[in-house]
Amino acid sequence: MSAFAVTFRRELALMWAGGGALAPLGYFLGATMLVPLAMGPDRTLLEAAGPPLVWIAAALSILATLERLFQADLEDGSLDQMLLSPAPLELISFAKGAALWVAIGLPITLAGVPAAIALQAPVERLGYIAASLALGTAAFIGVGLAGAAVTASVKRGGVLLALIVLPLFAPPIIFGASVASGEEVSAALSILAGCALGGAALGPIAAAAALRLQAE
Amino acid sequence: MFAFLANPARFMVFSAWAAPVLFAGALILFAAGAPWALFYSPADYQMGETVRIMYVHVPAAWWSMGAYAFMAGASFVGLVWRHVLADVAARAAAPVGAVFAAVCLVTGSLWGAPTWGTWWEWDGRMTSMLVLFVTYLGYIALWSSIEDEEKAARLAAILCLVGAINLPIVKFSVDWWSTLHQPASIMRSGGSAISGEMLGPLLTLGGAYLLLFGALTLMNMRSAIYRRRVNSAELKKARQ
Repeated sequence: MSAFAVTFRRELALMWAGGGALAPLGYFLGATMLVPLAMGPDRTLLEAAGPPLVWIAAALSILATLERLFQADLEDGSLDQMLLSPAPLELISFAKGAALWVAIGLPITLAGVPAAIALQAPVERLGYIAASLALGTAAFIGVGLAGAAVTASVKRGGVLLALIVLPLFAPPIIFGASVASGEEVSAALSILAGCALGGAALGPIAAAAALRLQAE
Repeated sequence: MFAFLANPARFMVFSAWAAPVLFAGALILFAAGAPWALFYSPADYQMGETVRIMYVHVPAAWWSMGAYAFMAGASFVGLVWRHVLADVAARAAAPVGAVFAAVCLVTGSLWGAPTWGTWWEWDGRMTSMLVLFVTYLGYIALWSSIEDEEKAARLAAILCLVGAINLPIVKFSVDWWSTLHQPASIMRSGGSAISGEMLGPLLTLGGAYLLLFGALTLMNMRSAIYRRRVNSAELKKARQ
């Protein structure tokens, strides 16, 4: 089996075994549930603010999963095994990111549709919202890989990780929310796809460079 | 010149006189530019006297971005050529750039209140400056949370370069929003749109900020190098 497939399956198995995919999904749904409680159930208000808040919830639930992404590997020695493997660390990081997207990005995308409906998003725009969430979570994970790798050896690095990663989340949030609000949808979707591809290409490279230092 | 200064000992000799010279130059330019800007330049026909905030605000905006560009360059050199002084330089510039960004945000807010009637508006330039400020904070926090200095330098350099890719994207993406801030008026095709009487003090203060940045960065670098020497001396002593 190739290194990509091995890492991908290992990550998925670890996430399912730890209930890892359920926790961020619950976080996502819980956060969106709090929105109408905080804002009041006023329909016009929710129509305007609901879909962007789905984006905030998605960004935060991805952020919550990033802290342990490489830290666990560093602590239990898996990272040393990855460094010894003949496969490039960039490919292994990419596989970890891809597994994270399948385990968490995809469920959030699927859960985002009913969440958006509950927050009074117009039904005809749901397809765009789902597509933008799929691309946006990929972009979050791409830049998140770099942030998680850079802070992997910092104990209780969660706050630091948030400080580092949240500014990097800015471009996908901007275009994702503009898809959700229905402005210039196709242009925003293409740029969102650009963010996702850029993150998928550069995130693993930056993460691998940072991980090589962590293991020294 | 950079290869010559790459030696820390030579750098210390050079910076021992370069830092005070830059500092004195900054003082002279401030002494010349500040009264010129605050008393002898014309008030704006629309904004009145509040236009004088510009002389504090605009140079801070320029050099907070300039400082990040400098850090990105130094981080690249540090990563590629494993250069100790480049790491020290990137770290030394960060607090100065962060303070410039904060000055830019605060003065911009003070300027916005009388001219736009709002303390804060989520327009493109302000938002991207805020993201720049938060990026600085993350960079500084990463540096100080990793004990091993060499490792911290490499990781911070990676973060700095990732941020250097992110910031222009943020800049362009927030420009999509309806923009309240005036567009660039000095560097634009067709010549500067700002009157010469205002451009003079603005450029003088821009020079003053640049020299101040250079002086503070050099001083920060010197104190970082001294700290290293103290650490290694203490290590040596502890081993005996």
